[in-house]
Amino acid sequence: MTEHPSHTERRSARIRRFAALVRKESYQIVRDPSSILIAFVLPLILLFLFGYGVSLDTTQTRIGLVIEQEAPLTRDLAAGFQASRYFKVTVGRDRREFEDDLVLGRVRGIVVIPTGFMADYAAGRHPSLQVLVDGSDPNTANFVQNYAQATLANWTRQRLSDGAGRPPAITAEQRFWFNPELTSRNFLVPGSIAIVMTLVGTLLTSLVVAREWERGTMEAMMATPVSAAELLAGKLLPYFLLGLTSMTLCVLLAVFLFGVPFRGSVAALYALSATFLMPALGQGLLISAATKNQFLASQLALISAFLPAFLLSGFLFEINSMPTVIQWITLIVPARYLIPSLQTVFLAGDIWPMFTRAIAVMLLIGGVFFALAARSTRKRIA
Amino acid sequence: MSDAAPFVRIVDVLKRFGNAPPALDHVAGEILGGRITGLVGPDGAGKTTLIRLMTGLMVPDAGKVEVLGFDTVTNAADIQASIGYMPQRFGLYEDLSVQENLDLYADLRGLPLPERVATFDELLEFTDLKRFTARLAGKLSGGMKQKLGLACALLRKPRLLLLDEPGVGVDPISRRDLWKMVENLTAEGIGVVWSTAYLDEAEACDSVLLLNEGKLLFSGCPAELTARVAGRVFKVSGIAHGRRQKLARYLDEENVVDGVIQGEAIRLVMRPDTKPPGLNDNPHGPSAATTAPRFEDAFIDMLGGGPGGRSKLAETQTPFVIENGRPVIEARGLTKRFGDFTAADAITFDIPRGQIFGLLGPNGAGKSTTFKMLCGLLKPSAGEGRVAGFDLRRDAAEARNRLGYMAQKFSLYGDLSVAQNLSFFAGVYGLSGARKRERIQLMIDIFGFGRLLDMSAKDLPLGLKQRLALACAVLHEPEALFLDEPTSGVDPITRREFWTHINGLVEKGVTVLVTTHFMDEAEYCDRISLIYRGRSIALGSPDELKAQVVSAELPDPTMEDAFVALVQGSEEKEAA
Repeated sequence: MTEHPSHTERRSARIRRFAALVRKESYQIVRDPSSILIAFVLPLILLFLFGYGVSLDTTQTRIGLVIEQEAPLTRDLAAGFQASRYFKVTVGRDRREFEDDLVLGRVRGIVVIPTGFMADYAAGRHPSLQVLVDGSDPNTANFVQNYAQATLANWTRQRLSDGAGRPPAITAEQRFWFNPELTSRNFLVPGSIAIVMTLVGTLLTSLVVAREWERGTMEAMMATPVSAAELLAGKLLPYFLLGLTSMTLCVLLAVFLFGVPFRGSVAALYALSATFLMPALGQGLLISAATKNQFLASQLALISAFLPAFLLSGFLFEINSMPTVIQWITLIVPARYLIPSLQTVFLAGDIWPMFTRAIAVMLLIGGVFFALAARSTRKRIA
Repeated sequence: MSDAAPFVRIVDVLKRFGNAPPALDHVAGEILGGRITGLVGPDGAGKTTLIRLMTGLMVPDAGKVEVLGFDTVTNAADIQASIGYMPQRFGLYEDLSVQENLDLYADLRGLPLPERVATFDELLEFTDLKRFTARLAGKLSGGMKQKLGLACALLRKPRLLLLDEPGVGVDPISRRDLWKMVENLTAEGIGVVWSTAYLDEAEACDSVLLLNEGKLLFSGCPAELTARVAGRVFKVSGIAHGRRQKLARYLDEENVVDGVIQGEAIRLVMRPDTKPPGLNDNPHGPSAATTAPRFEDAFIDMLGGGPGGRSKLAETQTPFVIENGRPVIEARGLTKRFGDFTAADAITFDIPRGQIFGLLGPNGAGKSTTFKMLCGLLKPSAGEGRVAGFDLRRDAAEARNRLGYMAQKFSLYGDLSVAQNLSFFAGVYGLSGARKRERIQLMIDIFGFGRLLDMSAKDLPLGLKQRLALACAVLHEPEALFLDEPTSGVDPITRREFWTHINGLVEKGVTVLVTTHFMDEAEYCDRISLIYRGRSIALGSPDELKAQVVSAELPDPTMEDAFVALVQGSEEKEAA
């Protein structure tokens, strides 16, 4: 009695169903203001925030400069500090004058030109400065420390080329590769692209699947001959493409508006981004399959994907300086593999051994998410 | 003949969710092709669960369901290829147009391309949606959405069509259209399952499965069910006044199974071989005549009869003096516009003390909007409203203190216990000290909350939730009671109990404004206003409205008949 459709017929029906689902999803993306908001407006805001608003560079940090021994030489060095564009200097005679200011945060550090400075310099020994910083703010402390040393080195070089005095002993010189101006924008912007793809891949995807449950359309779908795999694939493809589009927009802005260098290849950029979308989408699907509720889904996506991508990926905070346990946790955050690779693509160029390793790990994490999502998305309501 | 084999066989099915009592408790039954089978019962009876079991989207804990010869657990895909299913919210994509929804479901159901033009044409004709193919589904009215949902379910002629509460929230005219469409389908041999909480819909089905709290009460032809009360249903007419008191007295009689107010008359269901008591031969006094039994009469009889006529709530109510002064609730040209959409258009009525006034109309007609303006929750765009003499624009707080409000959806705090809810609402209404304790204790006694005090409100069964909501609304003995769809979806026994309380309170001079989309419930009101598309199209007592539409074809119209005829009349007037 029952007709058995041929293999090709079955396949063409499957393709048609899949195409119909993709088409439906695309219409919805285009017509739903919240998709556009999350995929295009939010990324723009983030990018502008990191491009203009947030800067980890310390320009014009207030410091107290203590000259313990007044002399033309030390005054000259002090003038070097005052001329620096990184410091706003208040000069004093005793470090105790600034202790309260440091505690209250009115100055970020105290640089002391010690009594022995002149003698050291005259003797051709390596003259040293004493730098007191507030260790509770390690970022700023580091910058004050480094820039103070750099100012000293500059000043020494300057004296040398002026032919004043004898050359001092060899000083260690810091050199910053790939981002010589140390502009934080240059590594923040590539990093924020990973955040943007997390938003589209995980947050938006979990929201739209949960919405189908809430509105009852999922139930109607499931009662048709569509298979669970087709339903999932029909959801993923449009958001995969949307994620890449959103990423492309960010890259164009980064390069042409913010002037971030792009030294790698477009192929590497897309290979990395496309791979990253696997775990991101997988996580989104898993969340929505588990909650079926938009509010819960958005909370879960923010906590389990967005915040880790921000905090545990090396984007803002150095992973090496995190407690060991937290460092372990970062191993399962897909963004920690993407962000260094993306920064490399932008600032250094293609380093394929690094990329292939990152791609392999992201695929592995993605595979786990998909397996879990497929297990919990069966064609059953309860 | 394949017609002889049932389309669906339900064999001793058990389904349980968590620790709650079973959603379906050993239910068995058959559904045949070529007829409409009603899945009937109040909310929470297990209707949706049973339909989902038939689609294969859920699996039973015990027993089995066979659809078109396939087992739902092992062969769900075969079933899904040959059924049409319309879930409660129609399963439409609101941001897709009518045509796009059709295309999507045509692709999903594998409707061959060459057949599409003809099929779409036929379905759009059938559902009268041809003019709206480009409109987004989200912008359709409830009735049109439902027709589109049906069209999507019918794209590839299913052998079995499953409709989950298609009549909810739809105006009676669309509901009738839909019914006719579905009847046409059965003529082609399609089996239809129509789930409903409306007992008048149940009556029209070819056969029914009557569910209550997960148990199957009856399976068979509705006429068989109503036959059990044949000759026992009476209409007592000629009661000049005080029919509510009269009803209360009847309900306390030993031999009265059930009684409701029906316009100017009282409808009674008597025990076998008894007659309505207290009727003498006075030709000017009340008289009783047997009348055709309805499904609801039989349902109540089956459940062992309704509650008595005494309302302890009303007995403890301090009476309000019924003077012939100012009406307690007044609406003067109340209008509410949202953008260019007029949700309520110049609604005018007034309610004298001690009367029940009903706003009757389908979902989205403007009932709730009018209602919210009158209790000061929504600012009118034009017109004015008064409650107990207080202008809602200037003295909204004063006015609100004198009214009790029971919102449409469960409006209590689900995470608070029953006791905490009562205490909270008593506080909100300004009760304190001894009076607060006294009133709360009274509510506990009246509604039987004693053992439930520590239970979270959200875990209560629907009927108890509604009782708690009513208790919270009357704690402060309000002069006016606003009830928004108070008995939507509850079982008929709870509904009776509700109306006993309301009737009792009204006798004590409380004024009641109620909204409902149950046409028969409108008959409990002294006067009603028919609201349709934001306008009041008729106002009068239920009997007056019915009398307006009496014709040769309709000698004894029901409230729904009256509604349909009045709506059509007003549309013709508009067109003219």
